[in-house]
Amino acid sequence: MDTMPQVSPTNRKTALLSMRGVTKTFGAVNALTDIDLDVEAGEVVAIVGDNGAGKSTLVKVLAGVHQPDAGTITFDGSPVQIPDPSAAIHLGVATVFQDLALCENLSVVDNLFLGREISPMRLDETGMEVKAWELLQQLSARIPTVRIAIASLSGGQRQTVAIARSLLGDPKIIVLDEPTAALGVAQTAEVLDLIERLRERGLGVVMVSHNMEDVRAVADRIIVLRLGRNNGEFDAVSVTSEDVVAAITGATDNVVTRRRDRVAGSREDAPAGHVVPTEESTDKGEVR
Amino acid sequence: MTRPTSNAAPPRRALDQTDERLRQSEGVAGALASFVRSMRAGDVGALPVIIGLVVICAIFQSLNSVFLSSGNLVNLTLDSCAVGIISLGIVCVLLVGEIDLSVGSVSGFSAAVVAVLFVRHGWNWILACVVACAIAVAIGLLFGVLLTRFGMPSFVSSLAGLLAFLGLQLAILGDQGSVNLPFDSTLVGFAQLDFVPAWLSYLLAGLAALAVFLAGYETRLRRRKANLSARSINALIVRSLALLVGLEAFFWYLNRSRGVGWMVVFFVALVLLLNYGITRTKWGRSLLAVGGNVEAARRSGINVRNIYLSAFMLCSLLACVGGILAAGRLASANLSSGTGDVNLNAIAAAVIGGTSLFGGRGSAFSALLGTLVIASIASGLTLLNLDSSYRFVITGLVLAVAVAIDSLARKSRASHGRA
Repeated sequence: MDTMPQVSPTNRKTALLSMRGVTKTFGAVNALTDIDLDVEAGEVVAIVGDNGAGKSTLVKVLAGVHQPDAGTITFDGSPVQIPDPSAAIHLGVATVFQDLALCENLSVVDNLFLGREISPMRLDETGMEVKAWELLQQLSARIPTVRIAIASLSGGQRQTVAIARSLLGDPKIIVLDEPTAALGVAQTAEVLDLIERLRERGLGVVMVSHNMEDVRAVADRIIVLRLGRNNGEFDAVSVTSEDVVAAITGATDNVVTRRRDRVAGSREDAPAGHVVPTEESTDKGEVR
Repeated sequence: MTRPTSNAAPPRRALDQTDERLRQSEGVAGALASFVRSMRAGDVGALPVIIGLVVICAIFQSLNSVFLSSGNLVNLTLDSCAVGIISLGIVCVLLVGEIDLSVGSVSGFSAAVVAVLFVRHGWNWILACVVACAIAVAIGLLFGVLLTRFGMPSFVSSLAGLLAFLGLQLAILGDQGSVNLPFDSTLVGFAQLDFVPAWLSYLLAGLAALAVFLAGYETRLRRRKANLSARSINALIVRSLALLVGLEAFFWYLNRSRGVGWMVVFFVALVLLLNYGITRTKWGRSLLAVGGNVEAARRSGINVRNIYLSAFMLCSLLACVGGILAAGRLASANLSSGTGDVNLNAIAAAVIGGTSLFGGRGSAFSALLGTLVIASIASGLTLLNLDSSYRFVITGLVLAVAVAIDSLARKSRASHGRA
């Protein structure tokens, strides 16, 4: 792994949130070992990794669901503890879990303001509805009416509502767990657009994803986890998919690297122009 | 803009009407159209139970013309109160997706506590009621703790409670098995003899309609100010007038006999209070959220444990109040208080009225409407001199129909993309 083009975490000084040496064990299993993570304001950090790499555990540590066994978390320059979910929200870390956690029987407004209703003893429905519209319009969300139950919304619209809800607490960092899983093409684009707008608003975005295309579309940095350890940090603009996949799988000998070697080898042997290295060229084309 | 604004400029759309996919509906006709649309989509609300009530009344009236007489209706409204109040509590626990099977026993036990303290020990009746209510709240707290701390399903814990509190009721009443409440006591008077003066009943009806109008008008003003669409003023007037005429006519009819009982006013006031609690407070929103998706509610920062506790405590408290009023209505607390069908009637009333057994859907009015259905059936069959076997069968059938309608409506809602 030493050959990977890594960016040293110590180069970053302005990180809004940094984790150093975070470790979490469940019984005999080391779910996370010595994890380092930095998130700056106005930056989208993608966390990728295979199944069981520790992505979800890391998200839960950030959300205050799990407490790390070792390591430090620094937020805005001062060391912090995140003992429970409400502490995370209080700190300014909002998490949107994969299951979204919306009440299907309640309307969009009800869900947006659930747990933080305006004037608890005499709900200010008008005020909440106006705020809901303002928020949704800021996010350019396409939701026909906020008085409709969540059950009637599409997957992308639900994701939008869940993200909008996390913004109500005025967070500094927003953690998205698989935001585009189970979404169609158009809905994925809608959510990726939304992530761009979150970055424009100056939020630090941590995005956990399986989908390399989505990651490369919006992320600034890619952090690879493998078996609970940091396994490479990449600049999302310049890195190739193979490098990331190699870091994810941890293997230098797999179908991706073999083909790359093959392509590289044939390029040396054959006269220029005869062999078209398709994989390489498509990847280069995607790099912005 | 130099163009005069009066000149056919397209009206600015309200904030919540900007999406072109939305259907526009305005005025009385629009309100009606959107009502029909939501009906067809399975958002039936209280309509089936109201239709059912009309059908039941029509059938019994055709079989026995006494059924819709003022005198019988006065009795019917008084009979509804105790079970109706117990049913209000059931609505609370059903909303969070739980059940309390012990309400009958708790009501009987509370009646026994009040009767024994008041009659045998000579306590002040208010003090006796307060003690009974405190015990009931503790019982609800116990069910809530068993659920939230020990993960004991409320079905089982309240089933255990049903037996245990029935036993306690028998123990408290002792060998005599029955305590008669004196007829001149406030409790019996309130439950049997005290009626609202005619002029006051008309005034109350007028105030109710006025309150509906003012509340609607205020909402309309606020929404207009915030550039949101609002219900048309005509629809509001029609609604308020319909309520006014309906209530005044009903009260006038009741006043031809004994009139509107204070207990009925108390019951309706509780319904309105609970309705406010469920629809207009954070607590009510939390009840619905917990019933809809516990995990989502927990992650939103709602104290789920407290919500469960509050629902069970309120349920037991209302069961206690219902039990005391039932004792007042009978002028006695005995071994059969709160036993038999009280339990199941209270639960059936909530479900017939449209509260979902699975949590997250329901309203305080479902207790009112459901109780009226059950009390009508009981009253009608009594008038026909049919014994209780028929009553059980028919109430059971009505319950089955109500749940079937609810299931069909739920399917229709699912296919129309509504919750």
